[in-house]
This record gives sequence, structure tokens and C-alpha cells, in this order.
Amino acid sequence: MGVKLLLEKANVPGIRTYDVYRREGGYVAAEKALKEMSIEAIVEEVKKSGLRGRGGAGFPAGMKWSFIAKPEGVPRHLVCNADESEPGTFKDRYLMEFLPHLLIEGLLISSYALGSNDTYIYIRGEYAWVAQILEDAIVEATKNGWLGKNILGTGFDCMIHVHRGAGAYICGEETALIESLEGKRGNPRIKPPFPAIQGLWMRPTVVNNVETLAAVVPIIKMGGEEYAKIGVGRSTGTKLISACGNINKPGVYEIDMTISVEDFIYSDEYCGGIAGGKKLKACIPGGSSVPILPANLLLKTAKGETRYMNYESLSDGGFATGSMMGSGGFIVLDEDQCIVKNTLTLARFYRHESCGQCSPCREGTGWMEKILQKIELGKGEMSDIDLLWDIQRKIEGNTICPLGDAAAWPVAAAIRHFRDEFEWHINNRALSQTSNFGLQHYADPIHVPA
Amino acid sequence: MSEQTLFKVTVDNITIEVTAGTTILQAARQIGGAVAPPAMCYYSKLEGSGGKCRTCLVEVSKGSEKDPRPMPKLVASCRTTVMDGMEVKNITSEKVIDARAGVVEFLLLNHPLDCPICDQAGECHLQDLSFEHGKSGTRYEFQRRTFKKHDLGKHIQLHMTRCILCYRCVFTADQLTNKRVHGILDRGDHAEIATHIEKSLDNDFIGNVIDVCPVGALTDKTFRFKNRVWFLKPMDAHRDCPTCSGRVTLWNRGDEVFRVTARKDEWGEIEDTPEGKPGWICNTCRFDKKHANDWVIEGPREISRHSVIAQGHYAGNVGTTLPTETFKAVNDGRAPHLLMDIHNESEVNLPSVRLSEIDGPSHGSNFKTNSKNA
Repeated sequence: MGVKLLLEKANVPGIRTYDVYRREGGYVAAEKALKEMSIEAIVEEVKKSGLRGRGGAGFPAGMKWSFIAKPEGVPRHLVCNADESEPGTFKDRYLMEFLPHLLIEGLLISSYALGSNDTYIYIRGEYAWVAQILEDAIVEATKNGWLGKNILGTGFDCMIHVHRGAGAYICGEETALIESLEGKRGNPRIKPPFPAIQGLWMRPTVVNNVETLAAVVPIIKMGGEEYAKIGVGRSTGTKLISACGNINKPGVYEIDMTISVEDFIYSDEYCGGIAGGKKLKACIPGGSSVPILPANLLLKTAKGETRYMNYESLSDGGFATGSMMGSGGFIVLDEDQCIVKNTLTLARFYRHESCGQCSPCREGTGWMEKILQKIELGKGEMSDIDLLWDIQRKIEGNTICPLGDAAAWPVAAAIRHFRDEFEWHINNRALSQTSNFGLQHYADPIHVPA
Repeated sequence: MSEQTLFKVTVDNITIEVTAGTTILQAARQIGGAVAPPAMCYYSKLEGSGGKCRTCLVEVSKGSEKDPRPMPKLVASCRTTVMDGMEVKNITSEKVIDARAGVVEFLLLNHPLDCPICDQAGECHLQDLSFEHGKSGTRYEFQRRTFKKHDLGKHIQLHMTRCILCYRCVFTADQLTNKRVHGILDRGDHAEIATHIEKSLDNDFIGNVIDVCPVGALTDKTFRFKNRVWFLKPMDAHRDCPTCSGRVTLWNRGDEVFRVTARKDEWGEIEDTPEGKPGWICNTCRFDKKHANDWVIEGPREISRHSVIAQGHYAGNVGTTLPTETFKAVNDGRAPHLLMDIHNESEVNLPSVRLSEIDGPSHGSNFKTNSKNA
């Protein structure tokens, strides 16, 4: 059994309510932080813990906190990014649904550390029932003196507001989230200025993922150094992985980032192997936007080393032979899955979710979808593969926000690793409509030159 | 005025000193010529504009004197301010030229290319952009997107298919009028300019959205299909207008005024008035004063000789700059067989190729072989 810090109490009956959560050791960390620790000490603990942003980019959270500008007389804000809309990622929903008070406790400590009196939870619109759970928890916490005016007699005021999004993936991007929270169209802002300088209502703002803020609670409870001992290298602590796809036990798992990808997929504690006794073909290890990897590159790196479930190991080899930890949406594809269709599904999603502000993303995503659709329907030409490659190359890095990159990477990786499947689709137009390319050589060991 | 900090910035190996806070684009425009990146969405007179079209992407090969690291990605020059000692590559960067050609292709992807029936033809920034930075063909083979038609009132015609979503008209309405009634609806490739729901744009200054529109998406209904701009004669004129500066350009054919627009500078932006304010004009001047006797005519408008508008009807000293040097002075001792564009040392007229040394008339191959060897 791996270490569990966040989901340890998730199965305690009634943990959603304040009384049970408090009885199980809840709000102890908040009490410790507010009563015994200075603001600097809290930030220092988070820095020491090496906690990295769990939303996808993996930016050190303590560093992000220390960037916040502190001009005199200007309020600061903390915004919790609960707009979890990436296909394949559903870890935040689980956390908020079962442990709403854990998030609120984390938010309280973080708000105290950042000096935010008005803290916002921007929650995905489709998570309507989760928003209600959070609202109820906030009411309970306020009743028990953990939110509101003069918390624990420290003189610190904090209110948490839940804001429901209106169903746009782009509002998960921090500046688009801020625009949306201000009541505007959810278009990403042009950076700089960064939110830490001018964010919500042009005030210094920190935007963190749900899991990042929840992880502050165990950090304060056990101390940053203890937390940093869990995990390996710069991947400290535990990470929630939402596993889905063709596996026996889909769900949200908390891992301590020392287990190998192979163990994660095949061990009974986690995914429990590929469903139906089939073979593993490919996997998207970190949510739909990260590059897909074929089985042989997923379980072992290009150098032939075992790949582990952590930030460094998953990105070993760069985009050529590696992928990313991303937001932890672990999508497993078995031998019967078609990579072209899978890529088309992702491209359609990004076309639909592009905000339309900057031209490469607005036009390019739609173009890629149409070409993939053409190949999928058995009407593709060989030149379409090169064209797709060229389009993704011209989108990547040339857009305002990372959505352009997120749209380009899956297409690039699919062509990079599964080019023969695309070619098969084009060369066998009729056959591709009725049968599947299958596993082929994708799981074969890679020859590593000495 | 207190002394301002000057930053040294190098764009395409040309160094210039600009005040702190200047954007890369503005610095490059101060140098001028081909060094200035094209801009489809940025409009210096509109606060908050820019950053969206991505045509002005440049490579920053040296961040600043203090931090010489290059920037990892191409940056939008219209929204990136210069640092002291910054080195920028625009047309000298392969990456930029490649990315820009990509952006032009993206912008033209769903553009109808109906220039033959478009009133903007001849003064369209997208035409210029695709001519200068684009490719001759398209690789797009699908149906272009279309929109449901919206009526924006009696003055302004909206052609949504031509729109490149630069947001300039949105900023114009925000900053010039007291209530904006149009905006961007929907998202992604089906985002469109529209009012919610079916309103007409009738603010007294809303006509300026026609001038800021870089393409033919917003055109003047009173000028619709009346004439081609290159058949018209632009004249600077003014009138005593109670609401605006009254400084305009009249577009005449014979004595008839076909169209009234604000005066635009070489970047296609509204010129400042002598008082230093942007010379926006009101709807009355633009749409109602269509008689020559409404106006005091100042004289012909200078039009760049590269523009199609300058072609055809101006000979001599109107609108064109005649060279003052003699052939002899320009040739500097050479005796070329072929007179080409000898005023500019252009790509074609390589100074390294000694025309006088070529036996007989020179051909393109003379230049091509030489440029390869060089």
C-alpha cells in the first residue's frame, strides 16, 4: 500500500460533514497554521515541501506564492481552479465531492499565507452537484468559525465564494478563468502582466489547482521536509491519478510517485490490468493534451530504463520519446483502439473549445479536425499526414495561451509514434472502415543501440 | 518634461534608441520599412488591442543587456515592451518568416477571397499581408465557414465571412462610444461579430469601426458597390464640425464625393489631429456630407506609390516622390545595360552584381547565380 495523504479518510462514512471531518483530525492543520505559524513560515514550509502545481504544468507552488506582488492597500486574491475539464482528468471532482472540507482547510491556510480575504473557487459548470457540496461545506465551516470574520481570534478574515463556470474548457487557463470570474468573456489574457502582479480585478492573484491547495493541509500537518521525503527527486508528495480507458479498475488513485507505470497498470491495487485480458497498445499518461505513448515507450524509456509515475520519468526523452505528467488523467488504450479515431476525438474537442481569439488556434484546430475526419472516413491522402504535421508545428508555441499547444501535441505525438497506422488507414481505405490496425509492433521491445 | 530613460534596441541589425515602455512593434515602426512587422489586430490608438492575430510575431534573440537569454518562443511584438540591449529578429529570422506564412495561411483559411466584389479591395490589410508574407496557393480543401447574416443598421454593412476577429471594432466601440452594442458571440472558429439581439449600431462615432476594420468585414453602406477605391481621387478636406475634428479624406471621382473617411497614416491607422488627439470622425461627416461644397478642400492626399490607389491617375508630382538624383549619380560610374529599380538596392538589384560587366543584356539567371555564390 502506498502512502495516502489526501484520500486517507475518503472512505470514512459521513466525512463530507464537518463533524466527522473534524473528529478525524480535520482543521488541525488550519489551527496550527493560523495560531502558531507566521505567514512567512507557511510559505517556507510549502517551498520546502517541493510541492508542484497539480493542474498540469507542474510549476513549484511555493515559488508561485512567493511571486505575488504585495503593494500597500491593494487586496490580494487566491483563486482555486476547479474548472477541471480536460478529457480523462477527474481527480479534482473526486476530491471535492468526498472531501470538501479538506479543500476548504487547504484554501483557508493558503488564503492566510497569501493574505487573501476573498477567495474564490471557480468550479466547472457541469459539476453542479459538487458546487452544492462545497457550498454546504462552506456554510458548515462558517458556522464553526473557520471562515468569516476574525477566524480563531487571529483577526484574519476570509470568505470563500463558489463560482460556477458556464462550460468552457478554456476557462481552466488561469487568465481566462480570471476574465470569466470578472464576468467577462473567457478569453485568455496576454502575458505579461502575470496574475501574480495583475490578476483578478487587476489585483495580485494566485491561481492554484484544487489538488495543490488540498496538499497544503498534509504539508502543514507533517512539515515540508517530511512531505518532501515522500516521492522521488523533484516529484515530491503524492499525486492523484484518474485512471480510465480499457482497464479493469478505473478510478482515482493516490500514488506516491515511486511506482512504475507497469505496476500502476497491472497491479491489483491500482488499475488491475487491461480489461478483458487484452494487450496494452498505448496510453495518454497525463490528460488529453499530453503526447500519447505506445506501449513500448510507456513502460520503458527509450534508453531501456523502467518508467515511473513521476514528473521526471514520464517526461524522460522529451517529446520525441516521452510525454508529461500533466494533470494526471491516465487514459489507457488497448489493442482494439484506433489511434486515428482517438486523435480525431481529441482534435474535435480542441476545435470545439478554442476561444477563437488568436488565429493559429482558431483556424488550425478546425483544419486539423477536418483532415483527421477525412482520414478516419477513408478518404485521406498520403500528403495529409505531412500537412497535419505542418499545421500542428505552426500552431505550437505561436498562440496566446497553452490551448494551442495542447491541441497540437496529441496530433504531433500520434503521427510521431503511430505514423504507420495513419498510412495503413490511407492505403487501405475500405478495410480501415471495417477493421482495425490492431496492436502491430507497438508493444515490441525497442532495440537500444549500445 | 522630465528626461526619459532611453533603451537601445536592435531590430534586424538596426539599432535604435526608444523610450522605456515602447513595444517592439513601435520601435520597429520607428525604423520603418520592411523591418516593421505587419499588424492585423494591433491598433496603436486603441488601448488593449493587439496580441491576437499573431502576424507580428518576432524572435527575441537576446532578452536584454542584463539578461541576455533569448526568449524561448516567438513573441507578439505589438504587446512586448523593449528592454535595454534587446536584440530582435524579424525578417532576418527563418523561424519568424515560417511562422508568419503559417499565420497568413490560417487567416486566409476561411476567408472567402471575394476581393473582386469587396469594397475593401485595394486598401485591405489582408491583401497586403498575403501578398507580402503569404504563399500563392492554399492547402485547404474543405468548405469555408459561413454565417447567418446580421443587419447592423443603415450605415454599416457586416460581412462576417471576411472577418478575421481582430477585435478592433469591439475596442473602438468600447473606447469611443458610451455603450457598446456589438461584440463577439460564440467561440472558436464559429465566433462572430454580432449584436445581441439584432440591434443597429447607431452611435454618433460608431462609423469609425469601418476605418479600423483591417478587412472588408465592416464597410460603408453609403459607399457600397458605388466604386472601386483605385478609381477615386483622395483629397484632404475639412469642415467645421461641432462634434468631431472634421479632418477627413474625401474620395472623389470628378466633382462627386463618393466616400468620406478619416485620414490614415502609413500604417493604416487614424492620423492625429494637430492637437495630438486621434482624428476620429463622426457619423455626420462620414455618411451625410457627400457634397464637395460641404468641405474645404486642402489638396490631394499623399498615397504611397506602392498602393494600387496611387496607380493609374497620378502622374508627376501628385502622390509620388520623384527622384532628385540623376541617373549618372545613381549609377556611380556603372553603365548598366538594363535599367531596373535603381533607386532601391533591392533583392533583385544586387549591388554586388556589376551590370556593366555582363556581356549583353542581363537576365534573371545572372542575379540568381551570383546571389547563390555570394
